[in-house]
Amino acid sequence: MSARPLETRSPWPARAWLGPLALLAAAYGVVPFIGSTYLFDAILTPFLALSLAAVGLNLLTGYAGQLSLGSAAFMAVGAFAAYNFNLRVPGLPLVVSIGLAGLSAAALGLLFGLPSLRLRGFYLAVSTLAAQFFVQWALTKFSWFSNDNPSGVIDAPPLTVFGFAFEGPIGRYLFALTVVAALTALAARLVGTQTGHNFIAIRDNELAARVIGVPVLRTKLLAFAISSFFVGVAGVLWAFAYLRTVEPAGFNLDRSFQIVFIVIIGGLASIRGAFFGAALLVIFPLVLSRAGSFLLGGRFDSGALEMSQRIVLGALIIFFLIAEPDGLAALWDRLAKRLSPKPNHP
Amino acid sequence: MKTTLLTAALAALLTLTTAHAAEQNFPLQSYRVGPYAAGGTGFFGGFIDYLNLINIRDGGVNGVKLTWEEGETQYEVERGVEVYERLKNTPGIAAWNPLSVGIAYAMIDRISQDKVPLITINHGRTDSTDGRVFPYVFPLLLNPYSETSAIINYIGGKVGGLDKLAGKKIVVLYHGSPYGKETIPIYELLAKKYGFTVQQIEVPHPGNEQQSQWLTIRRAKPDYVVLRGWGVMNPVALKTAQKVGFPADHIVGNVWSNSEEDVIPAGEAAKGYVAITTQASGAQYPVLQEIVKTVYGAGKGNLAEEKRIGSVYHNLGIVNGILNVEAVRVAQEKFGHRTLTGDEVRWGFEHLKLDPARVEALGAKDLFHSIDVTWDNHEGDGYVTFQQWDGKKWNVVSDWIAPDWKLLRPIIEKSAEAYAAEHNIKLRTAADAEKVDANTPVATSK
Repeated sequence: MSARPLETRSPWPARAWLGPLALLAAAYGVVPFIGSTYLFDAILTPFLALSLAAVGLNLLTGYAGQLSLGSAAFMAVGAFAAYNFNLRVPGLPLVVSIGLAGLSAAALGLLFGLPSLRLRGFYLAVSTLAAQFFVQWALTKFSWFSNDNPSGVIDAPPLTVFGFAFEGPIGRYLFALTVVAALTALAARLVGTQTGHNFIAIRDNELAARVIGVPVLRTKLLAFAISSFFVGVAGVLWAFAYLRTVEPAGFNLDRSFQIVFIVIIGGLASIRGAFFGAALLVIFPLVLSRAGSFLLGGRFDSGALEMSQRIVLGALIIFFLIAEPDGLAALWDRLAKRLSPKPNHP
Repeated sequence: MKTTLLTAALAALLTLTTAHAAEQNFPLQSYRVGPYAAGGTGFFGGFIDYLNLINIRDGGVNGVKLTWEEGETQYEVERGVEVYERLKNTPGIAAWNPLSVGIAYAMIDRISQDKVPLITINHGRTDSTDGRVFPYVFPLLLNPYSETSAIINYIGGKVGGLDKLAGKKIVVLYHGSPYGKETIPIYELLAKKYGFTVQQIEVPHPGNEQQSQWLTIRRAKPDYVVLRGWGVMNPVALKTAQKVGFPADHIVGNVWSNSEEDVIPAGEAAKGYVAITTQASGAQYPVLQEIVKTVYGAGKGNLAEEKRIGSVYHNLGIVNGILNVEAVRVAQEKFGHRTLTGDEVRWGFEHLKLDPARVEALGAKDLFHSIDVTWDNHEGDGYVTFQQWDGKKWNVVSDWIAPDWKLLRPIIEKSAEAYAAEHNIKLRTAADAEKVDANTPVATSK
């Protein structure tokens, strides 16, 4: 875990919000008018869902220092819970079922966070694997979760909020964008509060945190619950807004690792880093794949191309991490510092 | 914004797709790497080999050249969706053939809006057989329910008639996944109908350890074991069966347990094992001989190893190629010898009738039996046969067997109607099926 200094500025410095607000304005006001359906359905919606999952995991791993390999399981819990709330409680608004889905994931996160009271580091990571395997097994084993659908694969309900239907690639993108923006603002707010400082204190030195009066047990469990809530909602977006189908096999260990990599590559303990990391891991393989098949498609079969893309991607990730072990967020900070004429610190 | 710059670059790449006159395109969501690469290379290799044969030998279908573009999915749903979004605006798409249940499920909404057929040969959603509810989905030749019924009919034949099944015991060993569990109610139904007892045992994914399951089977002493496996589960089942002393010739595999890749790793233990198939293996059929001569002779063969020509997945790809190309041909006779829209090809699939004489004329006699797709029956009454592994190759050991379609149809309709109610779909009629949209050359899915 890389240690970033505890931030002491006020949680709502006006200047820090200008960038994100401008970005949001562009995401709402410009992108929907210029993008193609490919951009929304294949790139932006999965990017948003994975970013949110990474924000969630970053709260747990980056800020509170607890490594988890069970993120995909919490995504699955979120997706299946939202499906079941939506199906079994007639008249329940979609927003409420998404909120309840997040709470279900949080409850399970709390349960699987209990070992963190005794285990640390790699041992904790291994114990969170239990969540990964248990959830996937349970969702396959008990067909009630998929409404006794013979093939176990369920379709997502339409995205309707207060009578307004988010239809089409742009509608789904806007839905995902709104959810992600709201929760990201919440996360950004959270890390500046006392609870966020407690997270960091526990990460940096658990014993010292205990000595200065941080309630270690409660804070750790809170970190698991909040993180799982975010990841669970990300699972809902992944299933409802992106794939529009839900199957347990889609939330396997590979997905958990993907989210961990996003967090590490993007930058631990950085909300911004989650988005950078997701962008790299979602978009970069696509660019490589498109470029590869465009330049060499005629000469090699797609299998050989795919393998070489993996090698290039792996090498680039290693390069990034050597060049900037604190992740893309730190790279961005350095770049911004160099570009701004003079530091604006008191 | 880095994101928008990159995607702008992607969009620029997309617009570079060139348009030619009179071409029909097959976008391929293939998987040549990852855990299921053996199936993917064989199937998509066979499909491409057949399209090449039509192009080289006949100059396309009535002069319309067949083209294809591959996108690697690794059998992962989200990659399949990405490839769909990437390729859906290619001009002149005839049909999609993902050979993956997960990807097919994610595409049903999308292809229904874009009005392009989705072919799930030998697999897919059983109730998509009902063309009233799923106009654009075609589980050609064999859906999971028909497969189950055909296996029981075969075992009935082995014990001397379906009436002799009473009192027999059958164990179904199934993969612990939605795919594996899909046929549980159908085995129960058939057991009740014929009076045999059925015990269904789950093997958790991936299935590389089955000692306890096979000890249970040894205690149960069944007459037959049906293997409904996937991937590594199949050879492990055969090896463990040998260890506990269960004879391989009393194990019957389903369509995803019937390839060379399932038996070769089991070595000696697989000798005598029987499995269902819709297409016989081997390279002796005229159409395969022509592919070897014309396509591989010209150095355009798609398989990296020529010894896989005629393997189960390669032949499945070839049969899939025949069905797609013939659907285009049928539609061309109706709409003209030109590039067709997806909806016109859908009409072609709904009138795809290949009787044994036509199959023989296509050089595929004994490779597969026949097909008769209609607007409301999207499976097309495919026949199956059974092959036995002799340690080196598969040998056909049965006639062409028909599943009990009459028994299954009401179950399929009930499930399809439930889907229609859930999604507010109005049931289509024969008259609706004749209305063809000739103006959707470009995808519009929202």
